[in-house]
Amino acid sequence: MSQTSNSLKKRKKDLTFWQKIYIPEIAKGLALTFKNMVRPKFTMEYPEEKFIPPPSYRGRPVLVLEETGEERCVACGLCSRVCPALAIEVQAAETEREKERYPEKFEINMLRCIFCGLCEEVCPEEAIVMSKDYELAFTNREDAIYGKDKLLTPVSQLEDRIEFLRKYK
Amino acid sequence: MPKIIIDGKEIEFRQGQTIIEAAKEHGIEIPHFCWHPKLSVSGNCRMCLVEVEKMPKLVIACATVASDGMVVHTESPKAIAARNAVMEFLLINHPLDCPICDEAGECKLQDYAYQHSLGESRFVEEKVHKDKRVKIGPRVMFDAERCISCSRCIRFCDEIAKDPELTFVKRGDRVTITTFPGEELDNPYSMNVVDICPVGALTNVDFRFKARVWDMSHTNSICFGCARGCNIEIWVRNNEILRLTPRHNEEVNSYWMCDHGRLNTFKFVNSETRVDSPHIRKDGKLVRVGWDEAFAETASRLKSINKEQIAVIGSPYATCEDNYITSKFARSVLGTNNIDFIRHTDYSFADDILRREDLTPNSLGAELVGVRPQKNGLNIEGIIKSIKDGKIKALYLIEDDLLSIDHELENYLAKLEVFIVNATNFNQSTNFADIVFPAATYAEKNGTFVNFQGRVQRIRPAVATIEVDRALEGMALSRLDKFGTKFDRWAQGKHFDARATWKILSSLSNVLGSKMKYQMAEDVFNEMASSIPEFKGLDYDVIGELGAQLKLEKVNVV
Ligand code: SF4
Ligand code: SF4
Ligand code: SF4
Ligand code: SF4
Ligand code: FES
Repeated sequence: MSQTSNSLKKRKKDLTFWQKIYIPEIAKGLALTFKNMVRPKFTMEYPEEKFIPPPSYRGRPVLVLEETGEERCVACGLCSRVCPALAIEVQAAETEREKERYPEKFEINMLRCIFCGLCEEVCPEEAIVMSKDYELAFTNREDAIYGKDKLLTPVSQLEDRIEFLRKYK
Repeated sequence: MPKIIIDGKEIEFRQGQTIIEAAKEHGIEIPHFCWHPKLSVSGNCRMCLVEVEKMPKLVIACATVASDGMVVHTESPKAIAARNAVMEFLLINHPLDCPICDEAGECKLQDYAYQHSLGESRFVEEKVHKDKRVKIGPRVMFDAERCISCSRCIRFCDEIAKDPELTFVKRGDRVTITTFPGEELDNPYSMNVVDICPVGALTNVDFRFKARVWDMSHTNSICFGCARGCNIEIWVRNNEILRLTPRHNEEVNSYWMCDHGRLNTFKFVNSETRVDSPHIRKDGKLVRVGWDEAFAETASRLKSINKEQIAVIGSPYATCEDNYITSKFARSVLGTNNIDFIRHTDYSFADDILRREDLTPNSLGAELVGVRPQKNGLNIEGIIKSIKDGKIKALYLIEDDLLSIDHELENYLAKLEVFIVNATNFNQSTNFADIVFPAATYAEKNGTFVNFQGRVQRIRPAVATIEVDRALEGMALSRLDKFGTKFDRWAQGKHFDARATWKILSSLSNVLGSKMKYQMAEDVFNEMASSIPEFKGLDYDVIGELGAQLKLEKVNVV
């Protein structure tokens, strides 16, 4: 109690005469308001107008699809292991390709994902990267589980992120 | 006793022991690849180099016999430098395969690369490439690039499986493993090489790529395949068994198990043919019903039958607990002495390594706990004959398939007034059953098996049934089990509506008016320990992980 009254007292003492009568301060505040009213608009008219994030942005994680139509992922399960939210499920299987192993099933539960980017960081194949997609709305839980059909993204669409990773990772 | 000093710690050893053996016995691990406690010493990996005072050069701990007063350093600068060099050397041609290698997570090379290597390679030249997917035998895949030429697999075939099939060919960095001309790695123990291979060069064809080791839980149990009762671990992910591996028990199976046990004793647990919830035959068809309805129906139908016309067949596949309750149920609830079980023997299966002719895990146990005819009761032949003669009107069959031993019975089983079966899976016999109770498999319950030596060993639940919560039951939990919810597809593995036979029969007794109050398998075991002389003084803690030898007058093995 005594502390509160002390600080109250101190504050009163700090105010100058002009501050005490408030009017100039109100005028100052209103000046700022009017200044911003005439400044150019910052708000975007989403969804008519879309925000295109920079390469450093971490949108939903996607799987890289090579130009040859093959996925890079070898189903090592490291992303699934590192994911702090347990969002990723990978089921490996054998293929005739040189890299023996591929993901028969790869699912990310977008309701679990926290967009930390650890999956991207741990991946030994540069096969999972954070995209620029932030439009994630679902009407039920099942829809939020993205399979390979939604995850595989042509490498051409991911070039700037991959470049960013090679530079800073 | 003579003594040596390892890293300043004085330890006793037995004359003739090597440094690595003496160290191991006292809990000091000296890094090694090629040495294995049960194989001859080959001394070719050089990972176990240690410094011994008064010796001019470093020596390999696996081949150097300890002598009194020896002073060994495993952490001296010289020893560490040697280990780093060996690791660097081994990694020169080792592919960067960990992401696609099944061994990752349980790989000695991976572990040692963390513990004993500089973490940098100075090798900039092209690595030597070798064959990557060689089916070296029907059950084992070989990746030549990953092999570190430790020769453990070769020595295993020569010394343990007694079937030399593998050998080294070529020299230097081209050296590789191959089978002798016209041979395959197909001995009945071939898959043990997968366990002892310190790297991922030899992999299990059946398990390959199914799961990462860190995603599975592992539970200590006993193999179901024969009366040896090899100690095993059951590896489970999403409530499904994916592989079995042997667990060390010097008294029973050492470090090994046979391929039959490893491959053919777990797939029925998650198979399509599992009985899921009780079934009653209505209009000629088995239909699913609730437990209470099945108990009530069974009780009312059994009550109408004369005691002498009832027979009960116990099971060498079921636990001692199940068989003890079966015997108690037969005698004091149904009041019949017609009780026995079916022997399943195959002399061609047996060998002088591990495999036994008795293809069931618990025939000795079943007999000890009372599943045998008493007074003037009928034995199994008598029961079968009386079914054919029409003298037996009601049959209760526990976890077995009567038709598999006598196909003729088909015509008679249908004529029984009531035929009840406790079964894990639908089989030929359940085709004729009036009531089928779903029995929990050996991987879903607690209990004990007695092997052919008279050793009682514990099994534990590794797979959860519908009424079980892994965490509350104290079952092994993988990371996924701990955090999965009902909304995660990876946590929705099938849970069967099945119960252990002892539980089914005690509920049935209660419906029939004789109270049996067992809460868990351990209660049943404790009662056995107080009423059966051979089990005196035992409990689940005494049996522990490695089992306990029963004091038997004579081991009357089938
Ligand atoms: S971004 Fe993070 S939370 Fe999302 S899937 Fe990757 S590791 Fe998991
Ligand atoms: S870490 Fe990369 S390669 Fe491994 S499973 Fe994940 S996406 Fe595939
Ligand atoms: S295959 Fe494995 S066990 Fe056999 S020599 Fe190579 S590394 Fe050793
Ligand atoms: S020897 Fe018998 S108990 Fe051992 S693994 Fe083979 S089948 Fe199983
Ligand atoms: S363990 Fe001693 S040389 Fe391989």
